[in-house]
Amino acid sequence: MSNPATAQIHKDASQERQKRMIAEHFHRLAQAPDTGHKCAYTFVPGNLTELLRTFDVLPVLPEINALQSGMRGRSRDYIALAEKLGHSEDVCTYVKCDVGMLHSGNVGPTGERLPRPDLLLLSYTGCFTFMKWFEILAQEYECPVVMLHVPYQGDGRITDAMRRYVVDQLRRKVIPMLEKVSGKAYDEDLLRQHLARSAQAETDLVAVLEAAKHRPSPIDAYFGGVYYIGPIFTAFRGTQDAIEYYRELRAEVEERMRAGKGPVTPEGELEHEKYRVVVEGPPNWTSFRQFWQMFVDEGAVVVASTYTKVGGVYDNGFRHDPARPLETLAEYCMGCYTNLDLPTRVAMLSRYVQEYSADGFLINSVKSCNSFSAGQLMILREVEKRTGRPGGFIESDLVDPRYFSASNIKNRLESYFQMIEQKRSSGAGT
Amino acid sequence: MRIEYCIGVDLGSTTTKAVILGADHAVLGRGITNSRSNYVVASQVAMGEALINTRFTRIRNQLGHAGVGPARCDQLLGSFERRFREQQYLCQLATLESTLHGYADRTRQDPAVHRALDAIVARMRSESAGLFAEGAARKSDFFRDLAGSRFHELSEQQKEARFDVLAGLFDKSILDVENSTEAVGTFSEHARAALQAQGTHAPELARAVDAAFGDELVQVQVVGTGYGRQKLPFPEKSIRSEILCHGLGAHAMYPHTRTVLDIGGQDTKAIQVDEQGIVTSFQMNDRCAAGCGRYLGYIADEMNLGLHELGPLAGQATRQVRINSTCTVFAGAELRERLSLGERREDILAGLHRAIVLRAMSLLARSGGVHEQFTFTGGVARNSEAVKALRKLVQENYGERTLNISTESIYTGALGAALFAWRAAERADVPEEVKA
Repeated sequence: MSNPATAQIHKDASQERQKRMIAEHFHRLAQAPDTGHKCAYTFVPGNLTELLRTFDVLPVLPEINALQSGMRGRSRDYIALAEKLGHSEDVCTYVKCDVGMLHSGNVGPTGERLPRPDLLLLSYTGCFTFMKWFEILAQEYECPVVMLHVPYQGDGRITDAMRRYVVDQLRRKVIPMLEKVSGKAYDEDLLRQHLARSAQAETDLVAVLEAAKHRPSPIDAYFGGVYYIGPIFTAFRGTQDAIEYYRELRAEVEERMRAGKGPVTPEGELEHEKYRVVVEGPPNWTSFRQFWQMFVDEGAVVVASTYTKVGGVYDNGFRHDPARPLETLAEYCMGCYTNLDLPTRVAMLSRYVQEYSADGFLINSVKSCNSFSAGQLMILREVEKRTGRPGGFIESDLVDPRYFSASNIKNRLESYFQMIEQKRSSGAGT
Repeated sequence: MRIEYCIGVDLGSTTTKAVILGADHAVLGRGITNSRSNYVVASQVAMGEALINTRFTRIRNQLGHAGVGPARCDQLLGSFERRFREQQYLCQLATLESTLHGYADRTRQDPAVHRALDAIVARMRSESAGLFAEGAARKSDFFRDLAGSRFHELSEQQKEARFDVLAGLFDKSILDVENSTEAVGTFSEHARAALQAQGTHAPELARAVDAAFGDELVQVQVVGTGYGRQKLPFPEKSIRSEILCHGLGAHAMYPHTRTVLDIGGQDTKAIQVDEQGIVTSFQMNDRCAAGCGRYLGYIADEMNLGLHELGPLAGQATRQVRINSTCTVFAGAELRERLSLGERREDILAGLHRAIVLRAMSLLARSGGVHEQFTFTGGVARNSEAVKALRKLVQENYGERTLNISTESIYTGALGAALFAWRAAERADVPEEVKA
């Protein structure tokens, strides 16, 4: 009989901790109708988790549920059901997956039923689909909706007027609605405590992601990265759990770095780092492992990605600031990756290519998401021009398996990596 | 004479191509076959054809050395090759015949079916000389197409057996014939028979053929590419991406190439290369094969035409019908819809060709535009109407560009693969410490 204690040594402690945290959260959600906990459905970009926690409101994130359904092989049926209900093939597949899940009993990723929302909190309006998504949910649930209009960073910066505009909405719309739904008064000191904890975890997350600057990179900042951002982008920002998770994760990653180890992949540790790439765009979730394996087969490690910034661009120095609670939330909402203008995204990607010593960068353009995909070809050309490193372009989707053609993607990836190899051996592009 | 060569194989979705390069990187032979369900056989047949073609090249060289003038050389080789192909056809026909009877036995067909098969094959055999006569037009060079069209015509005329039974037997048998590397025969078998058929009035040819027989062809390295490359019986390091192969192949054909467009059976690739033929950027269609060669294939089937007849027919258009969808699946529906609206076939075809090229233009734009010089490759580059539409749209969007199209453009990927094979072979000759 194997010793469970030794068996656990081979699994990262942080992974276990994350799994436990998520299970507990979904269990709390499932119990909410009995415990009387209020629940708000909200989105990852610009999420106001600390504010929700101040009112003891539990967040439910439909995008995360959709991507989990994609990873668990459920999205095909959910999407089919949504299409049967009248949603067109062209609609974002996160939306259809969520609608299908809702009409199939609303069972979450851990197998427990999700509670009905007491509030729909739309705190990021940069994605038009989010608004239409919540219109659908509002019809389904007949619950109140509160919307925070978040101005786009059209000039690549946040002005005082923009900040005031968002803070004003927080004060006049969002907070009163949360008070009404929760029956609790707004407690700014409590919010400050949550924000201080957020900042601590954020610093450790940045250290984890920046460890990829090391050669070999101890992490994969895209396929592995999506697991690392899980807690902080979802329900745990501002919690003690998050602080402990990121402290533990950082220690593990730094240990790998010291030991000169490569990232852990589904096939075990990647021993020989052949290519270092930066990736723009979300991953495909329905064939996530197969997609990752295509990189592993080529010895490619993703050293930086923009997708891991959708719930906050912390590596540019932003931290939630307890001294300015509402202002900091406003800046957070306006600073999420898809709210940045194209020149800022180009500059960010170019910086990643250089600072992370990448051989090139790849764009995974997903059919569902205009927030990501619009402008990506311009980004590709521009980053190529600035860095002199080759860009690659692949196309797939978030959770609709019909839009993942393994042979086509593999073909492009192989060609892309061989192109880098060819440039290396000819001495060009270095 | 000992001749070292490298070979590149491009396993495409429609055809499989092989190119043989000598040590000086000059093309010695090319081979092409249809990509059947069995990629291994397709690559063997294509390689076999390229080796046969290499022998022909050697015969031509021998004739040149013997002082035979180019016109006489063309005449001798042309006649010899037609006879050679006829022998090859007869050899495959014999395999087809025995396979047909085998299936007829296994499915317990009447003796009448066997008699009908005998009659059809006997007729096809008697027509073979005409099929390969000087100036004879053939719809295709592939046995499946040549034998298939005639077999079906003759089956329809048969009184002894039902058409569907005969056609069913053919469908089963042709797969076996295609998937047998023996059916196609070897150079030595057919060359001797072809020489005999040619008679004795060309002693210089007989001598050249003998000399070519004496050549020892030694394969140094092989590289595979194309959609079926993962299925090739080669080690992984001998498999290269078709995008890189097309880039290098186009560079070898036209060294000033900077932009390459390849429209193949199921994908379209826009490739930018540098002055050494190294790919700097590329774009290709996503999982949908709209607007690729296969689309034209469906259209040809719908119109009951050979693929190579589409371009010339479209060339007779007086106007261009605007076509928006290039969806391969709906190609037939699109065509019938336009015909039912009273549009002329030629005008619809002209519109279809423009629609395909418009899709390619979008990929070209995404890959970085069209730079001087521009090389068009792949099966669709053989289509005159597609070339006309491309020339016009490039001129409108990018201005004057030199458009290179080789008559051998279908072999571009295989040529690139063969060049990669030589590079690998040449590197392998270098001692390890020097390589590092």
